[in-house]
Amino acid sequence: MSEITTKLLVLGGGPGGYVAAIRAGQHGIDTVLVEENRLGGTCLNVGCIPSKAMIHAAEAYHAAVLQAGDASPFGLSSGPPQLDFARTLAWKDGIVGRLNTGVASLLKRGGVKILRGRGRMVDGKTCLVETDTGPERVRAEHVILATGSVPAALPHLPFGGRVISSTEALSLPKVPATMAVVGAGYIGLELGTAFAKLGATVTVVEMAERILPAYDAELTRPVARRLSGLGIEVLLGAKATGLSAAGDALDVEIGGEARTIPAEVILVAVGRKARTHDFGLDRLDLDMSGPFIRIDERCATSMRNVWAVGDVTGEPMLAHRAMAQGEMVADLVAGRRRAFHKVAVPAVCFTDPEVVSAGLSPDEARAAGHEIRTGLFPFAANGRAMTLGAEDGFVRVTARADNHLLLGIQAVGDGVSELAAGFGLALEMGARLEDVAGTIHAHPTLGEAFHEANLRALGEALHI
Amino acid sequence: MGFRIVKLPDIGEGVAEAEVSAWHVKVGDVVREDQPLADVMTDKATVEIPSPVSGTVAALGAEAGQMLAVGAELVRLEVEGGETAPQAAATPEAGVAVTPEVAQAQDQAAGTPAAALVPAADGLEPAPPASKPAAAPKPPEPPKPAPAKPAPAAAPPPRPAAAAPSSGPPRPASEKPVASPAVRRRALDAGIDLRQVRGTGPAGRIGHDDLDAFLSAPPEEAAPAPAGRAPRTGVEEIKVIGLRRRIAQRMADAKRRVAHFSYVEEVDVTAVEELRAALNQRHGASRPKLTLIPFLVQALVRSLPDFPQMNAHYDDEAEVIHRHAGIHVGIATQTPSGLMVPVLRHAETRDVWNAAAEVRRLADAARNGLAARDELSGSTITLTSLGALGGIVTTPVINRPEVAIIGVNKQVMRPVWRDGAFVPRLTMNLSASFDHRVVDGYDAALFVQALKGLLETPATLFMEA
Repeated sequence: MSEITTKLLVLGGGPGGYVAAIRAGQHGIDTVLVEENRLGGTCLNVGCIPSKAMIHAAEAYHAAVLQAGDASPFGLSSGPPQLDFARTLAWKDGIVGRLNTGVASLLKRGGVKILRGRGRMVDGKTCLVETDTGPERVRAEHVILATGSVPAALPHLPFGGRVISSTEALSLPKVPATMAVVGAGYIGLELGTAFAKLGATVTVVEMAERILPAYDAELTRPVARRLSGLGIEVLLGAKATGLSAAGDALDVEIGGEARTIPAEVILVAVGRKARTHDFGLDRLDLDMSGPFIRIDERCATSMRNVWAVGDVTGEPMLAHRAMAQGEMVADLVAGRRRAFHKVAVPAVCFTDPEVVSAGLSPDEARAAGHEIRTGLFPFAANGRAMTLGAEDGFVRVTARADNHLLLGIQAVGDGVSELAAGFGLALEMGARLEDVAGTIHAHPTLGEAFHEANLRALGEALHI
Repeated sequence: MGFRIVKLPDIGEGVAEAEVSAWHVKVGDVVREDQPLADVMTDKATVEIPSPVSGTVAALGAEAGQMLAVGAELVRLEVEGGETAPQAAATPEAGVAVTPEVAQAQDQAAGTPAAALVPAADGLEPAPPASKPAAAPKPPEPPKPAPAKPAPAAAPPPRPAAAAPSSGPPRPASEKPVASPAVRRRALDAGIDLRQVRGTGPAGRIGHDDLDAFLSAPPEEAAPAPAGRAPRTGVEEIKVIGLRRRIAQRMADAKRRVAHFSYVEEVDVTAVEELRAALNQRHGASRPKLTLIPFLVQALVRSLPDFPQMNAHYDDEAEVIHRHAGIHVGIATQTPSGLMVPVLRHAETRDVWNAAAEVRRLADAARNGLAARDELSGSTITLTSLGALGGIVTTPVINRPEVAIIGVNKQVMRPVWRDGAFVPRLTMNLSASFDHRVVDGYDAALFVQALKGLLETPATLFMEA
């Protein structure tokens, strides 16, 4: 067995791991990155990126279908569209492949050594990697655990056959005629909407009393309206109890009554769980925080020089959080003083329409003991939204009543994911309502709704 | 004209911050390339930072005595040409590798007003910024006042140009400080807890100016004591920094990780003291004056080959013992800023005079803060002696990762029973500590007995085996 000695070992090549490795390489730190599969982790290979490609393709196809049906408000019509789904998948895989290569070359430029294979921690400084050419022992001064997460399964509905996770849903050979989606969180709704637009009959089963339970009702209402407009049936307060006896449908219990939903494919999207089981975590005996590795504000675990970033450390399981943590830990390993003092980790749902949330919602702000004032500006009063035919939705701001410091910003509407940058910046900079209100927002853009929401919270709205 | 920012370079292994011990330049000075800008003291050594370019000093990044993080702005130079990319860090004299700075580029772009730096100690203003920071935004219309809270923080009046650091409204203890990411990072780099800093911006936001004010605020003076026997209530806070912090960490580490045990034995030093006096008298000023230390060093040199486990480093993280062939004796030395341990290298190659001269040179260098970094590391065993202050017994703390330390106690004339009568003999105790994880008590006893034997029969110190 050969042995490698290095300063930093990164276990996992997802957003948290590879960003940590790139930054460490830039600091001149001797770094080894261990990845069993393709670089980029869940996000790049079976998450954010391929799902957004599918959503875009589905949206384009759906728009063409509407035009063929003469539903265009501005008089466009065309013949019935054809979708070569094999090419859709190939196009999606091409994007993923290009990004894989890009990550690899960034790591190479940073002088990071990439070790392909399953890594298993032997102790807090040693990792055994099963590579194609035999086992390698890596000894490192610092270890970053960035092992990510896996789709959570339901005990009575285990993955296999027609019961699939989001990973398989992104590589289905053809669009299924019927699809049941268990879980109305953002993953289930994003994929369910995409397949509905591609022509599948989609039913969504959710145990809670509303969709996107992590977000407030006001924010998710436009999404619920759109789901129903797309003909997606959403069963709330419903429990998926298992496969039907014939194995070709989903048994559901709703309001004490049993119901069977025929489904060629059953997508279980009930969240993700930290990947803590197969890389020797038991050998480290780290303090845990429930199912997650416990970290402090520097991403330090209970073992000296063992750090953890990303999904394995818990919610919110978001790629950009992992990246920010990875970057910070690389700085820490380089001897800098750093701490994860972020005001907000914005979250985006690429549903139809999109949802963005940064910071506190009005309810959360009140629960935190703040006296607040809020401002909501609807896209129905925004010129640009009208020209896009996207008048549903709004931007809503929440600020402290006493000093007008912004506490949270949410939006729902077509294309609002791109507004997340401005929301995050305002919160991190400690902006007050007056700061955003005093900033010229270009006309005509959707961003004006952000400006107006701040004006409205001050009682000075112009366009409503 | 443009600005060039000289950052505090990475001056050696594990050094995260350093103290600016002296400035060689002041604001307005014209400097040439390679001209020394400042002396910077780390826990181990003082390093001179030369200027990487020629230019005019626009601002200094710290006052003498202040700590600066590696990568922080040391000097801002006004240079010919429009260079604005401030990346280059100065190279320290010692020629240690310099890590290029990437992380802090954004907050030090050329547009940042020079006012972000602490004005020089002599009161000269830094060069005026190219553009004034935007004036504080107009206070908001007073929000509808909550019944309980009359919205005091909502509308701080536009503050005067030279606001005192305490002009911001105090922040309730439970509230997080509001500051931009750039300010937060600068505070972390400077080791400042933002909760201690008053924010004078809108909504109590902490800006770069507030950090500057906090950094340059003089420590609060205690009120003059009234006459008479008034009770003294003040508590002096002394920040544990630099060498003292390093000492604290190393001592705590040693006590936490090493299983110390101490062994004390009495040594009859009459003969070796006679020999020492005779040698000093014979050579007078022509050779260095001998203390007992060179003889102890000789005793180590003679005995350690038989006890290789004492001349060793125990890497307890890797669980490896490194036995060293060369004998490098650390000499514990009291300096004005605290304990230092300069190293007498390759003691096995030195005679008593050579060792005496080197020990003297090292002690002087350490006391004057001139010891080089490599003169302060790499010892394989340590000697600690307080001379006449040596007491009867000490329990020396091992200089980790070494495994043994020999303490020297004071010499005392004692009546000793010898050949049927009491005779006066000069005696001295040796108090030695060992790392019991890797040194057994039996071996330690044998080792100290060997030292005792050599010192009591000093001729054997000079006999090749």
